[in-house]
Amino acid sequence: MTAFLGLFQRDLLVALRRPTDAANPLVFFVLAVLLLGVGAGGAERGLGDSAAGAVWVLALFANLLAVEGVFRRDFDDGSLEQLLIHARPRFAAVLGKLAANWSCAGLPVLVLSPLALFVLGHSTAGAGMTMLTLLLGTPTLTLLGAIGAALTAGTGRGGLLLAALVMPFYLPVLIFGAGASTAAVDGQDAAFELLFLGALLTGSITAAPFAVGKALAISQEY
Amino acid sequence: MGLVAWAQRAFHKTGSPRWFFAGSRRWMVGLYVAGIALIVVGSTMGLGFVPPERYQGDSFRILFVHVPAVHLAQTIYIAVAVAGLVYLVWRMKMAELVIAAAAPVGMALTAAGLATGVVWGIPTWGTGWVWDARIMSTLVLLLLFFGLLALRQAIPRPDRAAMAVSLLAVVGAVNLPIIKYSVEWFTTLHQPASITLGDRPAIAPAFLVPLALNALGYYCLAAGIVIAALRMKIVERESGTSWVADWLDSREHEGR
Repeated sequence: MTAFLGLFQRDLLVALRRPTDAANPLVFFVLAVLLLGVGAGGAERGLGDSAAGAVWVLALFANLLAVEGVFRRDFDDGSLEQLLIHARPRFAAVLGKLAANWSCAGLPVLVLSPLALFVLGHSTAGAGMTMLTLLLGTPTLTLLGAIGAALTAGTGRGGLLLAALVMPFYLPVLIFGAGASTAAVDGQDAAFELLFLGALLTGSITAAPFAVGKALAISQEY
Repeated sequence: MGLVAWAQRAFHKTGSPRWFFAGSRRWMVGLYVAGIALIVVGSTMGLGFVPPERYQGDSFRILFVHVPAVHLAQTIYIAVAVAGLVYLVWRMKMAELVIAAAAPVGMALTAAGLATGVVWGIPTWGTGWVWDARIMSTLVLLLLFFGLLALRQAIPRPDRAAMAVSLLAVVGAVNLPIIKYSVEWFTTLHQPASITLGDRPAIAPAFLVPLALNALGYYCLAAGIVIAALRMKIVERESGTSWVADWLDSREHEGR
């Protein structure tokens, strides 16, 4: 628990001290929503009820953007190595870092998502469901994306390589997240999708930090 | 006891690049010949001699390419994931080379499966592409293979690349059950698997024979190609050792 809280606090503090870096994913999200609104034909038309899917895709990319750099600075200044040596259990330390990362990207996106839906012309009915799916889905994205970020840590190439690596793992989350939102707009029961998102989240909370820890250890070897 | 000792010996021999290289040429040639022969016989039967299907007419004949390709691609991913696990646990050099050799083959087969699926879908479903779970899972498989190859190229140090790729292969294997069972979770256009172990196949025996021949042929040919690629990777990886130098000398000597 100390490992979790310690790294959570530290990473939040680092983010606060460098707000421009930390706000990058959020700025991306806001700009993309605005441009999408303009591209979809302005005020009177909007995207309609397909806006939930669009918001989900943008949230996914904002998450990817945030998680890409989650280990980079620590890798460069050597504190990642210290973390791997000292932090016990490593599992909790990794979770702490990722929780801080999600709080800087997934959480604000979640908070802004009703506004984004409104701007894009979505009906108010599905807004709550979209928030719920983002709450269940985006932490999974952070956890899975961190595996890719850890594998590419120190290669000097994130970006497109990371996107290609983690997209297969992101797809089920996107399918069920956007699916639940669509179901809610249609007035259907979304319990199956929500349960599945929950299962993915619990599964990745338990398994992903081990894979991340292993991948980070590989990045320090040889 | 004799059998166990023999199996252990075989395992360790195959695990040694040098032994594998010396013994695998015969296997490669044999698998190539068997694979090509089976595919020629199976495809001739399937394309020329099997009666047309009642509802789909002749368009169903693409089945004899589509099904073996996708099935084999999934099998190759399982093999790649097992190789990844073997490498993570025992750091067996050959295991990582297996991933590097098999992934491009798997990627090509997945792409072929998707392409034939689109071609088949246009006359029968009326649309080449639907966002159905099974098609998406195959697309995911394509991306997984691509990710393995891209990651391997992105990390310059061979040992680190091998570890990272093996880990990614094992993590990706989590997706395989989703691929296998997605058809049962969703009801979509895609028909459920017609051939399951233990049940009587829901496909006419006349169609089953060429399908089985083709599937077996695909397996043999792919195994031959993977072995050929492995041999190439071995020479590349072991290029500094004396046995590779000796082998090159002997090749020159024989004038080949």
